[in-house]
Amino acid sequence: MADLSVKVCGVEFNNPLIAASGTFGFGMEFSELYPLEKLGGISCKGITLTRRDGNPVPRVAETPSGILNAVGLQNPGVDVFINEDLPWLKKQNTVIIANIAGNTPEDYCAMAEKLSETDVDMIELNISCPNVKSGGVQFGTSCESVGAITAAVKKYCKKPLIVKLSPNVTDIASIAQSAEANGADAISMINTLTGMRIDINSRRPIIRNNTGGMSGPAIFPVAVRMVWQVANAVKIPIIGMGGISSWQDAIEMMMAGATALQIGTVLFTDPYAPIKIADGMNEWLDKNGIKSVTEITGTVKPW
Amino acid sequence: MKKYDVQKFELLSNEQIADGIFDMRVKNDELAPLAKCGQFAHVYVPSKTLRRPISVCDSENGVLRLVYQVKGEGTKIMSEMKKGESVDILAPLGNGFKIEKGKRYCLIGGGIGVPPMLYTAKQCENPLVITGFRNKDLIILQDDFKNAGAELVLTTDDGSAGIHGFVTDVLKEKIAEVDEVCACGPTPMLKAIAAVCKEAGKPCQISLEERMACGIGACLVCAVKVRKNGEEIMQHVCKNGPVFNAEEVVFNG
Repeated sequence: MADLSVKVCGVEFNNPLIAASGTFGFGMEFSELYPLEKLGGISCKGITLTRRDGNPVPRVAETPSGILNAVGLQNPGVDVFINEDLPWLKKQNTVIIANIAGNTPEDYCAMAEKLSETDVDMIELNISCPNVKSGGVQFGTSCESVGAITAAVKKYCKKPLIVKLSPNVTDIASIAQSAEANGADAISMINTLTGMRIDINSRRPIIRNNTGGMSGPAIFPVAVRMVWQVANAVKIPIIGMGGISSWQDAIEMMMAGATALQIGTVLFTDPYAPIKIADGMNEWLDKNGIKSVTEITGTVKPW
Repeated sequence: MKKYDVQKFELLSNEQIADGIFDMRVKNDELAPLAKCGQFAHVYVPSKTLRRPISVCDSENGVLRLVYQVKGEGTKIMSEMKKGESVDILAPLGNGFKIEKGKRYCLIGGGIGVPPMLYTAKQCENPLVITGFRNKDLIILQDDFKNAGAELVLTTDDGSAGIHGFVTDVLKEKIAEVDEVCACGPTPMLKAIAAVCKEAGKPCQISLEERMACGIGACLVCAVKVRKNGEEIMQHVCKNGPVFNAEEVVFNG
């Protein structure tokens, strides 16, 4: 039995598998299937300062080995999250990460300040949502804007601050460096790749938002490449995600440089995926005589 | 006891019963008996990222009956599954129709919205069932409804079988005979039925459809706008539905 526990910014996770924001709600629905302590942690559905109803439907379309989504940050607002969802979440014996998204830098700061007074373990700065008109990814696509928002939020944030990066950029390594230089404690990556599908009969985009964020196994190689590039550019830990759907993928992503992982879209294919992935990782580590999963982070041997 | 779970079901049969429409029977003694009328099963399709939500047509002796239409690649693969195969299903999901004793129900199904009304009919005493199809090649489940003791009406849009017309034409004539209406089918049909019920002052439950991912209410993609206590809020077809009080649904919301 290998040790699957990992530590990110001093926060201990039972295992490296964290449910990715937006795929797991606030955990209640999945707790019907298995105890949430089986997960290393939960990155909660992205929350905003006030309630958002999200985009019109359809919000999802299937693509080869993946999906497009454009939910548009539907959520009850930060106060409802703190008062109604967080108390229950904190009883689940798993790390709770609050994912925050704002229209303005002030929104992000106000939420970071409020959440710093609660029991959330970490705060994940969502500056990479491609599906909202203002805010979201507009803060995440240049070194200057990423640096500015990270520095601004850092002043109000008393929890470890994770900055979640968008892959829809020219040079992700320099963006990660900008986050690091301005106070990010960790990087999580990658958010979805902006995509589009068109119904050829109606000539209408399948997603009502016209474009959506692409996720699932199809984007996994892109995610591995980007995590590897960023791991070579920064010293802070990386939470790797993007299409992980098997224990082999999980090990591969850690070898690329991730300290912990988030898994999302595979939950729609198999809600039990996190448990199967943890079991598979454990077996592989045992078979290879590796005592702790932390030993594989960044061990890729590039040509 | 879990309310829903993922388990393997044994495929007993999977036959075409009308043009592009298949009747799949799958067995699992633990999950199938939990299914209530109006709920759905989320079927894993090999090679696909998303499961396919299929309404429960019937549940008896541990056998779930799923009648579905081949609409795209996923349902095409489903239609090619063979007897003896193991099918991975997350079920039962959603809320289902609320059927009360002592009431006479009118159950309306349009096209591929007809299947869930069969299991619903079996929970009702002497229901009036109105089924509508585009044409005679798409007619399904007529004998099953008769065997369930329903007073059955058949309509087709083109008049190739049964009454030439829409289900709402029949509903308008017969609504005085029933206490409540339950319906499943295309949105324009549901909208028209809701309007008829409202005018007649009869309660109406409608089962909605939306592109879905998780199936349990976590991912929030299958949103529907409903009006509760004067306020418009977002709910989700998979968790809060698929059955909604017709008066609360904000169509095109």
